[in-house]
Amino acid sequence: MTRRAGPALVVLLLIATPAFAHEQTGQAAGFLNGLWHPVSGLDHAMAMMAVGLWGAQLGAPAVWLFPVTFPMVMAFGGFLGLVGIPMAGVEIGIALSAVLLGVMVALEARPPLVAAAILVGLFAIFHGHAHGTELPPGQSGLAYSIGFVIATGGLHAAGIAIGTIHPWPAGRAALRAAGLAVALAGIGFLWRVFA
Amino acid sequence: MTTGLGPVYDGISHVLMSPDDLVPILAMGMLAGLNGPTAGRGTLFALTGAWLAGGVAGFLVGQALLPPAVTTASFLVLGGLVATDRRLPVPVVTAVGVAVGVLHGWLNGAGVAEAQRDVLGMAGIAGATFVVVALTSALVVSLRSPWARIAVRVAGSWVVAIGLLMLGWSIRGGM
Repeated sequence: MTRRAGPALVVLLLIATPAFAHEQTGQAAGFLNGLWHPVSGLDHAMAMMAVGLWGAQLGAPAVWLFPVTFPMVMAFGGFLGLVGIPMAGVEIGIALSAVLLGVMVALEARPPLVAAAILVGLFAIFHGHAHGTELPPGQSGLAYSIGFVIATGGLHAAGIAIGTIHPWPAGRAALRAAGLAVALAGIGFLWRVFA
Repeated sequence: MTTGLGPVYDGISHVLMSPDDLVPILAMGMLAGLNGPTAGRGTLFALTGAWLAGGVAGFLVGQALLPPAVTTASFLVLGGLVATDRRLPVPVVTAVGVAVGVLHGWLNGAGVAEAQRDVLGMAGIAGATFVVVALTSALVVSLRSPWARIAVRVAGSWVVAIGLLMLGWSIRGGM
């Protein structure tokens, strides 16, 4: 009985049609688009992973402060973009985020926590402004936002998970190499912006 | 939602399939859980009761009176409280639950009336709300590891982020 209840519930939810209090069109497409967007953009993905790697290198409290603050500041950047407040040099900011965050990881830099949080937060605004607003027509903005935030958080988590190799000497070297790779990719993004 | 199984099941599926209602319920459960079992027990009945009462009132009035975008406030307030993990007095947590329940319930009830559906749908919505908030708050109360608590705070920050983007979408007119 219980074994049949799960698939039956899934079928019912799939065949359900929207009617109640809110207009809900394009939810699935919006969610999947939001989920896919941060992963598909290499610049965004690398910078998010670098945030996680750096947090893992710095340890507590940065390792949890970054994932808590980043989504909120990023969404604030998205909010600015959505209400039409322009920001100069967004693409440059995104490319620079990969360069600087990569350098921080490569050098295993340990600035004061406030400075590190400001650096990460500043770049979060650029990422939110550029990527948080790219909703294809006809899709749900709410579902897109949920997917976008979950995917970004997932990239942070992936970076932190990879960063758990930090206690071992070989792991530390690998993380620094990864930081160098992110920084070099960032230089590539920067080159593309100016080319 | 129209499940074909009647208004109660329509109400249940509405909660499970509507992120603008489901996310605040989850966030309320997290907030109650972070504030301990007493807050969790209070919220369980306060949120559900307020949701049902607000829903019936909204159904009887038949108009939302407020734009749906006001639900963004739930995301911002609840997510912010979870992300900051401030210890709150139990009456404050309960009052937040009542406010969220009345706001969302009213919008649901008005929506049911506007769609000329059966008010019994509100029973399904309240039932699903009860189950979701009970499971969420119980799970969070049971967390002992500091890491697990931080994970809940991260989830709260995601709720704020979604709320901010929702606010942007609603101002832009794309929701």
